[in-house]
Amino acid sequence: MAADRIFGAVMIVLALGYILSAMNIQTSFLSDPVGPRIFPYMIAGVVILCSLVMILRPDPDAHWPGPAMLLKIGGALAVLIAYALVIRQMGFIIPTAIASGLLAYMIAPRALPAALAGLGLGIGLYVAFRMILGLGLVALPRGLM
Amino acid sequence: MDILSNLALGFSIALSPWTLLLALVGCFVGTVIGLLPGLGPSNGVALLIPISFSMGLDAVSALVLLTSVYYGAMYGGRISSILLNIPGDEPAMMTTLDGYPMAKQGRAADALVISGVASFYGALMATIGLMLLAPALSRVAFHFGPAEYFALYMLAFCTLGGVGSNNQAKAALAAALGLGIAMIGLDKTTGMPRFTFGELHLMDGIDFLVAIVGLFAVAEVFHFIESHGKDSAIGVKLGRISIPWRDLGRTQGAMARGTGIGFVAGILPGAGASLGSFLAYMAEKSVSRNRANFGKGTPEGVAAPEAGNNAAAGGALIPMLTLGVPGSGTTAVLLALLLTLNITPGPLLFTEKPDVVWSLIAALLIANVMLLVMNVPMVKVFVRILGVPSWILLPGVTMVAFVGIFALTGSSFDMLLMVAFGLLGWICRKLDIPTVPIILGILLGNAMEDNLRRAMVLSNGDWTYLFQSSISIGLWTAAVLGFLAPMVLRRFLKKPPMPATDSFDRD
Repeated sequence: MAADRIFGAVMIVLALGYILSAMNIQTSFLSDPVGPRIFPYMIAGVVILCSLVMILRPDPDAHWPGPAMLLKIGGALAVLIAYALVIRQMGFIIPTAIASGLLAYMIAPRALPAALAGLGLGIGLYVAFRMILGLGLVALPRGLM
Repeated sequence: MDILSNLALGFSIALSPWTLLLALVGCFVGTVIGLLPGLGPSNGVALLIPISFSMGLDAVSALVLLTSVYYGAMYGGRISSILLNIPGDEPAMMTTLDGYPMAKQGRAADALVISGVASFYGALMATIGLMLLAPALSRVAFHFGPAEYFALYMLAFCTLGGVGSNNQAKAALAAALGLGIAMIGLDKTTGMPRFTFGELHLMDGIDFLVAIVGLFAVAEVFHFIESHGKDSAIGVKLGRISIPWRDLGRTQGAMARGTGIGFVAGILPGAGASLGSFLAYMAEKSVSRNRANFGKGTPEGVAAPEAGNNAAAGGALIPMLTLGVPGSGTTAVLLALLLTLNITPGPLLFTEKPDVVWSLIAALLIANVMLLVMNVPMVKVFVRILGVPSWILLPGVTMVAFVGIFALTGSSFDMLLMVAFGLLGWICRKLDIPTVPIILGILLGNAMEDNLRRAMVLSNGDWTYLFQSSISIGLWTAAVLGFLAPMVLRRFLKKPPMPATDSFDRD
């Protein structure tokens, strides 16, 4: 119930922002009859309509995870964001080993198997992608190479 | 015969050792992707597109590799359905109903052989159907102008929303979300930036591969962590594999009917393999003489849905190749592949690039034979892979997703975007909002707008032009029906109780 309503409300705000942004799209004088604004307006209209349906007739709520689980998912999210930010500077193997080790630990909380899984994936994927498939990955931080 | 000479051309390209090797690798990887719960045809293929692209494969090789994966995943899903009572992907859901009971009676090997043969039969017939029907449909598609294409895109979204989801408003919202994302970037007609907010990374628009890998693969990570990642374990022992000739003979009818139903369901936009196997099972149950045995482990109950889902996989390629409109999540991913390779599907594809089309068809036929060999005599190899624990598998999948996008774009921005799409996918799944329409919207958004604007140029701004030709009236009618009819039908067609799928690979 509540989740559908919140999502619908957020979507309506987004759609209004979308319309506002679409109003500022510049048209050149050589434009076609429709122009670059109409289709975005139509899309935003559909979003608002559907969001209203979601607010007025929400589905029964799904099972939402408790605070502990949300924290865990937030942790996974943080790991993935950090990974995306450092992989360019740190090379492939070290961030991959750490990130996959942490994810493994979140799924099955046993330290040693998770560490081994991380190490194995870090090195194994590097071998598979760099040496067998020939993708351009850098193994280690630039400073160490 | 035109078809035979074309097919000969296709085989002459596809029979090179390199392509055969790629098909073999694709079939193996595909079957593994299919059998692992949590990975299915659409997220499996999505993960592999950026990687095969970064490897610098040419168009034919990449197509052969990834369509082999696609067909392979359709085979693989049944293995975990039968042995674990967990469908490896959504199209394999119906196979659990009779497959797992058969396995519990000690007939796991028989069930695997029957379903393997049924898969082969369905896929083979569908590929032949594709050969016969696709050129004909592409001739019809020549008469399509911008107004017709616009109506066709509407049809795809409407049926996908109507048939493929539980709540029309949510499906339409998802489609609009995807279309809205597609608008980001430079407007092709006027060259003006839209919704970029001055961000340079957004000028080229959002790469659909980033969105696909995020929505399909990264979202799975969050879901898996939440569902505590049950360790996979084989519940049923697999005996010696022998061929149950008697059962195979008995299920011929079921396979043929399942194939027919699945094929038609596959061609219909928005229906896809899950609906194909569902309808095949329900139909077989209602015509069979021993319908009381359905759900208790009858071979027909395994043969019909497996033939149905594989036939639908082949049928779904028809609208994708001839019209450029995918009917399911997986074919949407394959469309993304074609667009990445700079191949524009549509009626012109068959006349301008016959080598690509026919080598693809030849590759499908070859892959199907390879898959039969892998999935019947060698099925034990795959059963061992089912034992890989999820705490190794899932981090591995995540890292493969990152490597793909990193190798493709080399930018942290795109990887962050991918994570954001992953989060969006997880939230959507919680709210029962389908993610396939989002992908379809991102993929088709620009073409849809383009066709609308071209239609308006032709008609000088007269909107009734959209409803003037008989083809477009037909398409609009079908779109409205496809969106509204399921609301009524849903009351009559109750799904039988079945185990929840672990994957959210909605096909």
